[in-house]
Amino acid sequence: MTANQINLTIDDEPIQVPPGTTVLKAAEQLGIHIPRLCYHPHLSLEGACRVCVVQVEGFNHFLTACSQEVWEGMKVQTNSPQIRLARRDIIELLLDNHPMDCQTCDRDGICELQKQAYRLGVRERLFAGKRKQYPVDESSQSVVRTPEKCILCGRCVRVCEEVQGVHNLSQHGRGFNTVVGPANLSRMDESVCIMCGQCINVCPTAAFLEKDHTERVWEALSLPRGVKHIVVQPAPSIRAAIGECFDMPVGTPVTGKLITALRRLGFDAVFDTNFGADLTIIEEANEFLRRMQGEGPLPLLTSCSPGWVNFLEKFYPEMIPYTSTCKSPMSMLSTLVKTYYAEKKGLKPEEIYSVAIMPCVAKKFEASRPEHAMADGTPYTDAVLTTRELAWMIKSYGIDFVNLPDGEFDRPLGISSGAADIFGATGGVMEAALRTAAVKLTGKELGPLEFEHVRGVTGLKEATIQVAGIEVNIAVSNGLTNAKTILEKVKAGGKQYHLIEIMACPGGCVAGGGQPYPPTDMGVLDPQLPLLRAKALYKIDTDKQLRRSHENPAIEHLYQDFLGEPNGEKSHQLLHTHYQARLPRGIR
Amino acid sequence: MMMTDNWTEIEAASEAALPEPVVAFIRQHRGMAHSESQLIATLHMVQAANGFLSREAMQAVAQLAQIPLAKVTGVATFYHYFRLHPRGRHMINVCLGTACYVKGADKIAQRLMADLGIQFGETTKDGMFSLESTRCLGCCGLAPVVMVDDQVHGPVEPADITTILGKYIKKDKGPKAPVTV
Repeated sequence: MTANQINLTIDDEPIQVPPGTTVLKAAEQLGIHIPRLCYHPHLSLEGACRVCVVQVEGFNHFLTACSQEVWEGMKVQTNSPQIRLARRDIIELLLDNHPMDCQTCDRDGICELQKQAYRLGVRERLFAGKRKQYPVDESSQSVVRTPEKCILCGRCVRVCEEVQGVHNLSQHGRGFNTVVGPANLSRMDESVCIMCGQCINVCPTAAFLEKDHTERVWEALSLPRGVKHIVVQPAPSIRAAIGECFDMPVGTPVTGKLITALRRLGFDAVFDTNFGADLTIIEEANEFLRRMQGEGPLPLLTSCSPGWVNFLEKFYPEMIPYTSTCKSPMSMLSTLVKTYYAEKKGLKPEEIYSVAIMPCVAKKFEASRPEHAMADGTPYTDAVLTTRELAWMIKSYGIDFVNLPDGEFDRPLGISSGAADIFGATGGVMEAALRTAAVKLTGKELGPLEFEHVRGVTGLKEATIQVAGIEVNIAVSNGLTNAKTILEKVKAGGKQYHLIEIMACPGGCVAGGGQPYPPTDMGVLDPQLPLLRAKALYKIDTDKQLRRSHENPAIEHLYQDFLGEPNGEKSHQLLHTHYQARLPRGIR
Repeated sequence: MMMTDNWTEIEAASEAALPEPVVAFIRQHRGMAHSESQLIATLHMVQAANGFLSREAMQAVAQLAQIPLAKVTGVATFYHYFRLHPRGRHMINVCLGTACYVKGADKIAQRLMADLGIQFGETTKDGMFSLESTRCLGCCGLAPVVMVDDQVHGPVEPADITTILGKYIKKDKGPKAPVTV
């Protein structure tokens, strides 16, 4: 035993921990789980909810285990009758200022407040006091804010500030009248919100949820056969995560079951966002090579993540010229569905209903952008379901997901390389781009396949890669505070970066704002979660014959048949977009 | 390369939205360690100059001091001292302290709200009256009391309210232009 260990007892059990350890963490080492609500292991301490109170000998008031550090000789009781009563009362008071609509709530059964209330023994509601009443804010295309369900734990405020660097949310007012919301408590669509949806992921209740698109999809699916040709595309990350919603272990790849489930729901064609991802790589690699030859500024910043694109327009508009003009894989595929595929099928674009399954809530906003609409104003993507929404639809439809046979994607927009699968992981877009760029730069058909230094969930990774004798300086960031760091480095000058991948969500799309709420033994923002989900994607990648986007025969065919040249006129018209500075401008 | 930055316009608009000493104060602290801790002092200066904190002024403070606007409005709504709306020409304070309360201050307050058509913390549309509550003005012998500007009225009956308000309305009537709200 080292000298600088602290000795204490928790529930009469002696334990030694390093100085600075909190009571909550020390208790965990003894297998004692102290209940908590506002506490989050990957965010700063708030100490607001008081659910984690414990009794400490020598104190006639309770201390919060999440924030209290241990001291030598400390004696902690986590389960005295007084503590149990106090915790129950605290939860009861929270519940009495909370709508009593659990049965009709989106988080029924997966709500932390509900779980704590049950666990701590709240069986009747004794305090029938005044209840806060606020309207629901549905102004945003992506995030719905329901302040009545908020318990003021402040997790959303912290994730928005500390992980995303957006700082859209703050506590307003004081006491009973405290409300969490954007500046001036204005509408979400008038705020600096970049719609990443991380507030939804960390919220213990349903105070933040995605904008519902299930209704419109049910409606389309229930049309008489033949009225609309309903096309669906799941993003790479869905296949690595949706199994969790059906109690499958984290990181189980379920591509085949996902396809079958979509067919059973009634979709006429099941395509793959992966095809769009391969196409993005062709277009983006070409854009990159052109910039390397002096056409346009370097570094080239990726543009797949719609949360990042929103951040770009609101927080870093001066970086717009650096950003790839490529549409995201979803929007590329949706565009092709209503042009190329419609033409092939002899359908009018308005006869097609195009649904995307995304790990992301910002994609709902992306789909609504006028830049991603046809000339008559109808969007290329009609609906965007999150992984959670699709999982609910599958359950609601009575589909036994776990025991489904494997299906296959439809052709031609369902064929893809392994490079597309890894788009869902942070570093995946970079790796996919490098696989193709390496071949194009060297002119050889065999370049390196796996780029280990861009893998892993570290927030910011930098590397210098030798490609065809050229030194390429790359950076990969996830979580927008890390994007700020790398963008500031670019702006400061000095090192010349060539290619930078930016994803808004911490861990990449696999941990996006639309992904399943994690299982109880793993919290949101736990780096293990994106790691395991990404592992599933890398597994799919290694199991594929095709590993490079440009090897995808359907893509080759698409260029010959329809698009012409990569970065050519038709590609530009259909597959590229533009950005503009947007207000309100964020503070960085 | 295409210019896509909007900072120059935002900075200029922000500077124009604030009194010159406030801009100088923010500039003086910009870039210093913990410069965000000057936020409350800055908001005090804005309120001293303008009488209240407008959305435009708070947005300007946020941009120039590079403090997230949500933090600025969070602070401004937390402290009772900060006013988010312009004050009326006459400040009405109803005492809701113990002595006034047992003598029926709540009925006085109800009557004031009904007559003025506003709640506590609000200002009438014509910009004439602002209504606030207070806890004890130190003249419990006169309970219940209502203070208008610096004059204490008491004891007050609900029926007296119309007369009291009338005095101020009459005093203000004339060629004076109304204060913009």
